Amino acid sequence: MSIDLSQFHQVFYEESYEGLDAMEQGLLEMDIEAPDDEVINTIFRAAHSIKGGSGTFGFNQVAEFTHVVETLLDEVRSGDRAMNQSIMDLLLVSVDCMRSLLQELQAGDDPDLTQAKDLKAQFEAILKGDAAPAEQAAGGDGGDITDGDAADASDGAGGQGYHIHFVPEETLLQTGNEPTRMFRQLAEVSENNIEVMASFDRMPSLTAMNPEHCYLAWDIKITKAIDRSEIDEVFEWVIDDAEVIITELGSEETVSAATDPVNTENTEPQSEVADPIVQKTDETASEDKTAVQAPVKEKAKAKAASPESSSIRVSIDKVDSLINMVGELVITQSMLGQLGQNFDISRVQRLQEGLAQLEHNTRELQESVMKIRMMPISFVFSRFPRLVRDVSRTLEKKIDLVLSGENTELDKTVMEKIGDPMVHLIRNSIDHGIEMPDVRAAAGKSETGTVELNAFHQSGNIVIEIKDDGAGLNKERIQQKAVENGLIDETTILTDEQIFDLIFQPGFSTADAVSDLSGRGVGMDVVRRNIASLNGSIEVSSETGLGSRFVIRLPLTLAILDGQLVKVGDEIFIFPLVSIVESIQMDDSSINNVGGHSDVLQLRDEYVPIVQLHELFSVNVEDTIDDDKIIVVVETDGEKIGVVVDELLGQQQVVIKSLEENFKKVEGISGATILGDGTVALIVDVSGLSKMSGTSIKQIESAHKAA
Amino acid sequence: MSAVEELDSDEKVDIDQVTTEQYLTFIMEGEEYGVDILAVQEIRGWESATPVPNSPGYIKGVINLRGTIVPIMDLRGRFDLTKPEYGPETVVIVLKIEFDKGSRIMGIIVDAISDVYDVPLDDIKRTGFGENQNARFIKGLVTVNKHMVILLKLEQFITFD
Repeated sequence: MSIDLSQFHQVFYEESYEGLDAMEQGLLEMDIEAPDDEVINTIFRAAHSIKGGSGTFGFNQVAEFTHVVETLLDEVRSGDRAMNQSIMDLLLVSVDCMRSLLQELQAGDDPDLTQAKDLKAQFEAILKGDAAPAEQAAGGDGGDITDGDAADASDGAGGQGYHIHFVPEETLLQTGNEPTRMFRQLAEVSENNIEVMASFDRMPSLTAMNPEHCYLAWDIKITKAIDRSEIDEVFEWVIDDAEVIITELGSEETVSAATDPVNTENTEPQSEVADPIVQKTDETASEDKTAVQAPVKEKAKAKAASPESSSIRVSIDKVDSLINMVGELVITQSMLGQLGQNFDISRVQRLQEGLAQLEHNTRELQESVMKIRMMPISFVFSRFPRLVRDVSRTLEKKIDLVLSGENTELDKTVMEKIGDPMVHLIRNSIDHGIEMPDVRAAAGKSETGTVELNAFHQSGNIVIEIKDDGAGLNKERIQQKAVENGLIDETTILTDEQIFDLIFQPGFSTADAVSDLSGRGVGMDVVRRNIASLNGSIEVSSETGLGSRFVIRLPLTLAILDGQLVKVGDEIFIFPLVSIVESIQMDDSSINNVGGHSDVLQLRDEYVPIVQLHELFSVNVEDTIDDDKIIVVVETDGEKIGVVVDELLGQQQVVIKSLEENFKKVEGISGATILGDGTVALIVDVSGLSKMSGTSIKQIESAHKAA
Repeated sequence: MSAVEELDSDEKVDIDQVTTEQYLTFIMEGEEYGVDILAVQEIRGWESATPVPNSPGYIKGVINLRGTIVPIMDLRGRFDLTKPEYGPETVVIVLKIEFDKGSRIMGIIVDAISDVYDVPLDDIKRTGFGENQNARFIKGLVTVNKHMVILLKLEQFITFD
């Protein structure tokens, strides 16, 4: 039975993540003063399905936890309980908690229940009516800071040693874990500065004893300052089957479990834990801290596995239209099949019609299939309100997030990869860009800073804009930092753009240039690299005191391009259709020669430099009359150039193949494709083309100015 | 001695052959050259390739090898030999060349395929070639049936300068 169910696990996880997203979104939207019934219902329903699902699949830890969440939501829904800030915070934290539980389950790990237990206790406290809302809220605010301290402590070596309280479950031995071996290992890492005391408290009477069970518990004292990670390593395999409490000697602070330095959202509730526990008995406190230290490695694995889900949701319309098209395709195919069975030359006309129809069907089918991969960018955007809320609360800044263009569609692969760079940029904007409220007020700006996120299509690209109205980039500081890091000389004089560009350099560390919230080992160079790997680009502009603006440009899809086939000599090249402004017949009278070398085309009221494709690409052409040639006017980076080719062929969609994979990057060529007859055609890189001809264009421009 | 060796011997029939390599040889300008047979993917007839702008003269272009774009190199051009005449015997050896960062597929045009030899590793002579600019492409020389075979160092061919 369990085998049967396991095939639905993936679906369950995905639905649950969607449910959690819906809960989170609902909570963020909710107006605490006057909660909208519909929103609360949505949240409640999501929680309810997660509970139901996890119960069905036997994930009882999740089900139990979700149950209390649901109970509280139910009270809110039925109006028995008023919504307030602390409940809201608690619910948001629970969403994170459920998400991490599910992620751990999905990765095949035993979930770390520490946080769930604490949260559950808080929920129960609220349900019983003896909550301590103020403290919870405080805990939420201070989250990152306390967490940071805890992480520091756990990373470093213990001051004078450790006390370890180790109570294995009775079945420990059956899992092949041998306590004496662990003690030996501890003795090794601590160089024999170790005392082990066994406790017989749990020992049953001889008759009741199962000889295969372990009834002992141990108190271990290590009197040497060693790295905590070495202790964690020893207990790595048993933490799920044992209660392990590691206390640093000399400080009463229990270095408790599961600090995950990678993820603030995850760890934030960790510190909230501290407050309510104090009110309880010592017994509960120790119990709560038992599930010691899920090793960070495992957590990271769970994180890595989750974000790029392997399936997509497609609207039924898109699927229906696909089915229709496949139906047409089948009809065309049978028509052609019949035609082929007794073919004679008189039916050529019908054959051609059939082939035209086939082409039409194929193209439509291809378009629809591509559309399936397209999803609105709101999937990425939707995670930012929460991010902004959390980060701004941590930093005590006031920030409005303005989203626009959420319905802009882009390829799923591109979308999955753009999320992390955007998180980084937005964090940066909040952390370094927006000033503290008092600073803003002093500068005459509104206390509340604004971060704007915008997405739109522009000539075959999707453009994502991240704009803040903060202080802007500090040019002097960047330059100074770059000199310190040896990226530039002190004497180098740079334009503003070049200075801004420095922040994307690999050696440019922001580590102490800023009060770092980011410091997650991801620099702007990684952001740029990620974007470049999607064939995109990132630009930054900034004005001191007014804010900065990051613009990311990405291709809509990575695989397919609408191309215009052109012929030069015997070769076929492909221009991306989006880059073509117009194509005109070459006419000597509209062409002027500048300075004896460069030609310019007079295009209405503009002068457009002309390049001969056969010259740039050294293609042999027989001397033909210029009047037969075609000028393809292309636009790149706001500049137009006219490219002279021999002939325009058809337009078609082409599948982009890498030329670099087996060869190398070729200037002016962005890739290759395979044409219908199996031969290879090269795709022209229009911006590369303009660079290749750049010198000649510059000459023309200066000649123009002179004239 | 070890399991690894046993496995190898299973594959190559004879335990002595652990210390030999197989080379596919071809003829170019009357000399016989050899490439490691494990790198050879296929041998195909010469057909025209799509020229790639502004690449070295010895790159004849790229072809479509079942959906992959593969560059074709004229080995004569690479060695600065006389210009070839492509005839019915002209063949393309498609090689998969492994190097430290991965692997690349490339076709080389040669005059004609010759033979396959087992070459004992000890017999490969690594002679210095002094000023010979093609020395970097050569792994060593070996005598087979009283004539010389030049063994090529394939990983040198993946850079196109």
